[in-house]
Amino acid sequence: MIETRGLRKSFRSRAGRETKTVEAVRGVDLDVSAGEIFGFLGPNGAGKTTTLRMLATLIEPDGGQATIAGADLLKNPGEVRRRIGYVAQGGSTWDESTAREELVLQARMYGIAKAEAQRRAARALEAFQLTEFADRKCKTYSGGQRRRVEIALGIIHEPKIVFLDEPTTGLDPQSRAHMWDEIRRLRTDGMTVFITTHYLDEADALCDRIAIMDHGEVVAEGTPAELKREISGDVVQVGLDLTAANAVGKLLEGEEYVNRLEPLDEGALRLFVDDGATAIPRILRRIDGAGLDLKSIELHRPSLDDVFLTKTGRSLRES
Amino acid sequence: MKLARDTWLIFQRQLHLLLRNPVWVFVGVFQPVMYLLLFAPLLKPALNAPTQAEAYKIFVPGLLVLLAIFGGLFQGFGLIAELRAGVIERSRVTPVSRLALLLGRSLRDVVSLLAQAVIITVLALLFDLRVFIGDLLLAYLMLALIALMTSAVSYGVALKVKSEDALAPLMNTVAQPVLLLSGILLPLAFAPGWLQGIARWNPFSWAVDGTRALFNGDIGNDRVWQGLTIITVLAAAGVFWAARQFARSVR
Repeated sequence: MIETRGLRKSFRSRAGRETKTVEAVRGVDLDVSAGEIFGFLGPNGAGKTTTLRMLATLIEPDGGQATIAGADLLKNPGEVRRRIGYVAQGGSTWDESTAREELVLQARMYGIAKAEAQRRAARALEAFQLTEFADRKCKTYSGGQRRRVEIALGIIHEPKIVFLDEPTTGLDPQSRAHMWDEIRRLRTDGMTVFITTHYLDEADALCDRIAIMDHGEVVAEGTPAELKREISGDVVQVGLDLTAANAVGKLLEGEEYVNRLEPLDEGALRLFVDDGATAIPRILRRIDGAGLDLKSIELHRPSLDDVFLTKTGRSLRES
Repeated sequence: MKLARDTWLIFQRQLHLLLRNPVWVFVGVFQPVMYLLLFAPLLKPALNAPTQAEAYKIFVPGLLVLLAIFGGLFQGFGLIAELRAGVIERSRVTPVSRLALLLGRSLRDVVSLLAQAVIITVLALLFDLRVFIGDLLLAYLMLALIALMTSAVSYGVALKVKSEDALAPLMNTVAQPVLLLSGILLPLAFAPGWLQGIARWNPFSWAVDGTRALFNGDIGNDRVWQGLTIITVLAAAGVFWAARQFARSVR
């Protein structure tokens, strides 16, 4: 449904007198199949939004190719526009308009006739449980209601693909859970959904497949389960004082049961081990033997954050 | 025909939002009426006009041109608010005509200016201003073209600077000399020669002269066709330039 090869974009930024070229996206290859929820996971500034905006025809790529819903992005952006929906991160509704007006206008901007636009608006309002507020001004809506209007706007013309840029950022937990349901419903309706997120749990729970992006490149791609399976064993995270972290790091580095050791910020260490149950007592003995103090220790199954850490050397939580 | 349809779509939406906000309608009428009631009475003695009606013949056309210039130049603020709200980006991902996004908005500005102009003219009629309907319609055409140009330019500049903080001083800096050098408040006939010389390079001064001639029933005056021609050319250039800004940043 989406196929990109070597998609690139750099921006020139000016800091004082110097102009600097920032390579925001450095050659992205993606293959998104029809009917899946594809997640783009990465820290802020990784190039997710830039990639998404390129795919949605909002900015022109510097190079590479992309075919979206069968239309060539570079040669025929007009056709791509007709086949996709896009929901921006920062909102897109006008305070003084009502949801119904916005939906009718949006449908008509896609060339849909007035009567049909009104029918679709009514249907969308119902589907997103907005009928009650349909004729109130958007400025009176809650964050979650407003986000639902925006998603409804993005799919009013029944696109094959919808791009959602951080659809749950800024929502309270309940609205977030609602939004996940809405997004799953889009998939049920046969749409391909492409979302960006910097929430690990969101990528894990919602997405059929994800690509992890860092510094403008895709560093890993697969289903959440596949990616986590790449890391065998367990993950032990120990919390220490800043000063102790270095010493403990050196202490444990040579241990044969530690497959990999990654220091995190604030004095924490993450250890990748084969078997947590046997490793933890040995780790504790080692730290205790050196007379160092431990603040916390926890054991977990590999998470997407661990995948991110092994691919980039940084934790997504701290970046 | 897609352009006409899309322009009409955007125009309807913008007009609807304007009418929904009665504050703007009120302010738009209140300010010029204040000029008419509180400033115009000074003019009869100041201009040495034989009657109040004569003074209005000079002042009302100037006031209308003033409204067209200022009303248009400050429309960019609304666009910046729309940019910020994401409404423009939402339009950009649709196949809607980019030129229509500009024309629909500018057309709304022209219509609201004409509504103001009609209200002011009717009020002035109560103060014994008399003007032929044909001349008046031609004067309204002039006003419409001025508003089209200034609002289009304002939108174009707004897309370039993208911030109210930059737009406000910029528009004031442009508007002030244009205002002073156009003989809007007082005719430039009173001006010393050097000032008249500079004003001759101000296209709006020609527009004001032409509009005054029309209010004076002097349709044959050269300034009428000269003013109309100059403003038509400038309006076309303004729309062309602004449309390019739209096409570029709203690709």
